[in-house]
Amino acid sequence: MRKSRVLPRAITLTLYVLFTLLPLYWMLAMSLRTNEETLGAFSFLPMAPTLDNYRVIFTDPSWYWGYLNSISYVLINTVLSVLVALPAAYAFSRYRFLGDKHLFFWLLTNRMTPPAVFLLPFFQLYSSIGLMDTYWAVALAHMVFNVPLAVWILEGFMSGVSREIDETAYIDGYSFPAFFIRIFLPLIKAGVGVTAFFCFMFSWVELLLARTLTSVNAKPIAAVMTRTVSAAGMDWGVLAAAGVLTLVPGALVIWFVRHYIAKGFAMGRV
Amino acid sequence: MSKPVNQKALLLIVPMFVCVAFSAIMPLMTVVNYSVQDIISPTQHVFVGTEWFRMILNDPDLQDALVRQLVFSLCVLLIEIPLGVALALAMPAAGWRASATLVVVAMPLLIPWNVVGTVWQIFGRSDIGLGGYVLTQLGIDYNYTAHTRDAWLTVLVMDVWHWTPLVALLAYAGLRAIPDAFYQAAEIDGASRFAVFRYIELPKMRGVLMIAVLLRFMDSFMIYTEPFVLTGGGPGNATTFLSQYLTQKAVGQFDLGPAAAFSLIYFLIILLFCFILYNWMQRLGQGDGHA
Amino acid sequence: MACIEFRDLGHAYRPNPATAGDYALQPMSMDWADGGAYALLGPSGCGKTTLLNIVSGLVTPSHGRVLFDGRDVTALGARERNIAQVFQFPVIYDTMTVFDNLAFPLRNRGLADAEIRNRVHEVAEMLELSNELKRRAANLAADAKQKISLGRGLVRKDVAAILFDEPLTVIDPHLKWALRRQLKKIHQQLKLTLIYVTHDQVEALTFADEVVVMTDGRVVQQGTPEALFMRPDHAFVGYFIGSPGMNLCPLSLAGEAATLGGQPLALPEPMLRALREAGDEIRLGLRPEFVRLAAAGEAGAVRARVVQAQPLGNSLLLSASVDGQLVRARLAPETRIGGDEVWLRLVAPETLYFSNDVRIAG
Repeated sequence: MRKSRVLPRAITLTLYVLFTLLPLYWMLAMSLRTNEETLGAFSFLPMAPTLDNYRVIFTDPSWYWGYLNSISYVLINTVLSVLVALPAAYAFSRYRFLGDKHLFFWLLTNRMTPPAVFLLPFFQLYSSIGLMDTYWAVALAHMVFNVPLAVWILEGFMSGVSREIDETAYIDGYSFPAFFIRIFLPLIKAGVGVTAFFCFMFSWVELLLARTLTSVNAKPIAAVMTRTVSAAGMDWGVLAAAGVLTLVPGALVIWFVRHYIAKGFAMGRV
Repeated sequence: MSKPVNQKALLLIVPMFVCVAFSAIMPLMTVVNYSVQDIISPTQHVFVGTEWFRMILNDPDLQDALVRQLVFSLCVLLIEIPLGVALALAMPAAGWRASATLVVVAMPLLIPWNVVGTVWQIFGRSDIGLGGYVLTQLGIDYNYTAHTRDAWLTVLVMDVWHWTPLVALLAYAGLRAIPDAFYQAAEIDGASRFAVFRYIELPKMRGVLMIAVLLRFMDSFMIYTEPFVLTGGGPGNATTFLSQYLTQKAVGQFDLGPAAAFSLIYFLIILLFCFILYNWMQRLGQGDGHA
Repeated sequence: MACIEFRDLGHAYRPNPATAGDYALQPMSMDWADGGAYALLGPSGCGKTTLLNIVSGLVTPSHGRVLFDGRDVTALGARERNIAQVFQFPVIYDTMTVFDNLAFPLRNRGLADAEIRNRVHEVAEMLELSNELKRRAANLAADAKQKISLGRGLVRKDVAAILFDEPLTVIDPHLKWALRRQLKKIHQQLKLTLIYVTHDQVEALTFADEVVVMTDGRVVQQGTPEALFMRPDHAFVGYFIGSPGMNLCPLSLAGEAATLGGQPLALPEPMLRALREAGDEIRLGLRPEFVRLAAAGEAGAVRARVVQAQPLGNSLLLSASVDGQLVRARLAPETRIGGDEVWLRLVAPETLYFSNDVRIAG
């Protein structure tokens, strides 16, 4: 890399990182202040940092259950989405069959349906089968937009693996499941990691469906936040603390998949 | 290189199909059903044919919302795609610095959408928010709850903040997949930095950029939660995008029939644009042989 | 075109290399003549790619200098050295046509359109790509793509050398031969300096005028294919070149005569003296092609137990054990092996002797 190119790169990156971090810093700073300080004189740093806001969250079950609920349905959704997407993506990447193109297209259209429209039908559907207010309801609902993406990404990774590998394995006497699990999966490990990351991400951040399909037992943290805010006036500190805590699982997940992303993928066939 | 025909492959699709169809087809049918009926009460339905569709298509509020939505999505794509690619080019290729940058850059993606709204709601307030405070101190009359322009810009900046990382992440992964030999060959061929970008990096990123463009288009076209929290659609209707308009109809006024008709039209619009974008990008990749 | 000289050239990826193991390429000096075809041959990880990258300017050596036609180019990048390179996997500009791919290096150098067209057509003609010029390069087969990579080097008039980094790896076996032949033809036509990296001895021996054999970051021998076969300087060359490689049998000089395994081996007296002076780790080397069956007790022969006799059509490959030491012999196809014991003549005019892997006599 030439020296003359390093400087513009560093400036671009620094500016962007600042742009990303400032609003987040502000939320973090606010979570460490009392409401009086927040609403009082303006200052860049918290004057008297306090963990009281976090204490509220960790001692109140309605708060910390929000986190546990969110994590539960997100995990169920991620695992299920990847599990059903794997064989489907394999079929799309390896074979032609009746209606393959239409099926793939139909799948993608599911990502294009405005969730706002489907709230009521979803509500009716899940009520009628008694899934309301369970992790499964949210996890299943989120599959509508996660599975298409998962199939899309996995198909891209699988198409990058030479078909000769499949053929060699069959000649060596592997059955399909044995081949798939022992030989093929390790080859697309990075793809599975990246897919799981995207499923986790989109399920973790979604609010509309998650809020509509839950009331008490499976209420997600994001929904707990909206309720508490309107009920208790504006408890800025607790709101900010809860916001900061929603960052933690995501940051962990991205930390786990960073190598897969840094190793790169091209999705050549799309 | 063509794929073999194998109808048994359909069996591999079945689990996926069942899972998605369960949550996709039944609600869709319900919506189609609603769209041609007048629901007076849960037990009283009247078939009205295409009346709702005609009504929706002639609704000036909806047309306004559609225009706002299109302008917004266009701005989102025009800003986020180049910015994300630039960011990916600027990010370090390996080492702890690459890991750290990845995590920081991706952070906004992993925040629940209403929290994104909350972050910016706080950040932009001129009394308690850093951003609003600084702008006010600089002598700019900034108030996103009162001024149309400020509200609109704040929603846009928020979306850029929130979603540019997705483009950057995908573009970054695409860049990292390019073997070193390509850069070496370009160096030997005497290619300029721009030529390397134009003839190596951009073509190799085509696949991931296609995903980025389509995802950003779909999701920005359906944006709801973030502006709802930040501005509530105001001031006036300045930030009332299609989704919000639809929700007002469906939930607020409980006009289920028109809302359903509306959502089908909405869905078809997204489908149409995705189709156009997809084909355009496909052609872009293949057609410039004589460039 | 240029002749290439290396002066005390070495490379270590870490600073301050102390032992030989710290070097990816151990310091050496070597001259390559203008217009020659050279092959760098060795197992993977032997340092041949490092040497290639030093020639192309992608790696700046930590020690020594590289001269092109007497000009020191050590510090120059790939662009300033005017070299061209064909990589292991085809590198082409996907979005361009074959014509644009070939024209790319010329356009970057600001040549006039008319001249570009002439050069491209000339090179396309030579590479038999004329009919593909209007096609998109991405849609071609691997061998055509490699030809395009090569063509991007050939279009430039000022190229000092063309470097090949295992260019036939992804080519179908039946096309390899045709492509290699085409390469040879172009070499004869244009008198280019060609440098060809490979781990395949057949490729190296058929392609190059001179082969540079490398192992463990060290150049062990540079020579014509014939020299490498007949008079390897290093035991590794004997073993690596040839199929199967040279028989290498440890000799013991402890007693009155030399012994191989438990058997005495009659060596000419001056040779025995030379070996005693050379010191330790003495090995006898003889290619399977020169091992002959001998009568029992014949001078220079040893007794061996037959392990396997493999008919290969044009020869019979005999594997036999001399007190546990495996010796191979390539015999005439009609040879009959009677019983499971044979006598093999190992002392022949072609026999070589190595001390600590270095050839000392013979």
